[in-house]
Amino acid sequence: MSAQNVASDSLELKPGLEGVIEDWSSDQRAFKGVPWGKAMMWIFLVSDTFIFGCFLASYMTVRMSTLDPWPNSSEVFALSFGGAPIPLILIAIMTFVLITSSGTMALAVNFGYRKDKRKTFWLLIATAVLGATFVGMQVFEWSKLIIDEGVRPWANPMGAAQFGSVFFMVTGFHGTHVTIGVIFLFIMAYKVSKGHLDDRQPGWFTKRGGNYEEIEIMGLYWHFVDLVWVFIFAFFYLW
Amino acid sequence: MEHVADGHEPVVKEEEAIQHPLGVYFKIWILLFVLSAMSYAVDYYQIQGYMRWFLILLFMVLKAGLIIAVFMHMVWERLAMVYFILLPPLLLLTFVAIGSLEADWTFFNRAIYFLQELVQTGPAPPPAH
Repeated sequence: MSAQNVASDSLELKPGLEGVIEDWSSDQRAFKGVPWGKAMMWIFLVSDTFIFGCFLASYMTVRMSTLDPWPNSSEVFALSFGGAPIPLILIAIMTFVLITSSGTMALAVNFGYRKDKRKTFWLLIATAVLGATFVGMQVFEWSKLIIDEGVRPWANPMGAAQFGSVFFMVTGFHGTHVTIGVIFLFIMAYKVSKGHLDDRQPGWFTKRGGNYEEIEIMGLYWHFVDLVWVFIFAFFYLW
Repeated sequence: MEHVADGHEPVVKEEEAIQHPLGVYFKIWILLFVLSAMSYAVDYYQIQGYMRWFLILLFMVLKAGLIIAVFMHMVWERLAMVYFILLPPLLLLTFVAIGSLEADWTFFNRAIYFLQELVQTGPAPPPAH
């Protein structure tokens, strides 16, 4: 593929529905104007959507079919700070922590493209720390349910046993995603601070040179984790 | 739009991607906070029934839409990719439909089976812990 071909190719990009047909029927690449890493991340995220979608659909199925009463999440996840217990407060704080981390991530992507290394680094660190805070609160939530309430994946003293299965499966899978994200955020922050993206130095898994697009791709993953939480919050905690 | 670096690796010119002003992100950020607070308020003020489900779904869809559209840059992508991402998950609605049909059937059978058992043997003792 010569530079000239790519240039003439991109000149002919059409907008709208016609563009969709042109892009999909075109030679070599369907996703024009995006780096391959971004297209691959989106493909991964669509597959991940199906994983979480199937979890939530199964959750719906078991909740609809159980004869035992479903525990009231508003009370289960209430916390008391000295006074009367505030309903669902722990989950609300976790939601705000994750939304905040999404905001710092979006800013990190923006400052990355502006090549502002210092701001990008600190915003990535802030995102990672907020993510780690979220996981920490999840650990607290799990230990409270396991030790104090006696909830197990196969049993639940508060009512339907399916509550335990769904809770550990769905929040566990989401928490794993957050944890992986935190690890990669720290790696990315390191790469930014060392100037690896400016010098186009390859990462540990690839021979391809580093690039500020990597932060946007990282951001896609992180926002997706936040996105999944929006659905878990609505369907599992509020419903 | 694209140039070829290192002879074989096409990359998007980075000047293209920095056009979005920071203000957009702050506005969306604040909106997400407000929407989260409102969905928490649904639980805090114990709104029940259809109103609860409607509000939960409304705030959920708005939050998800804002995150996908702005934070994940979907509004700036080409339609070929937007359709590729947004259309396949609609298939999940099929799973939801099948799942709810099956759940109703399971519930019906469990009700019949467990009720019969209850009539024959009396109520089960409380589980030991």
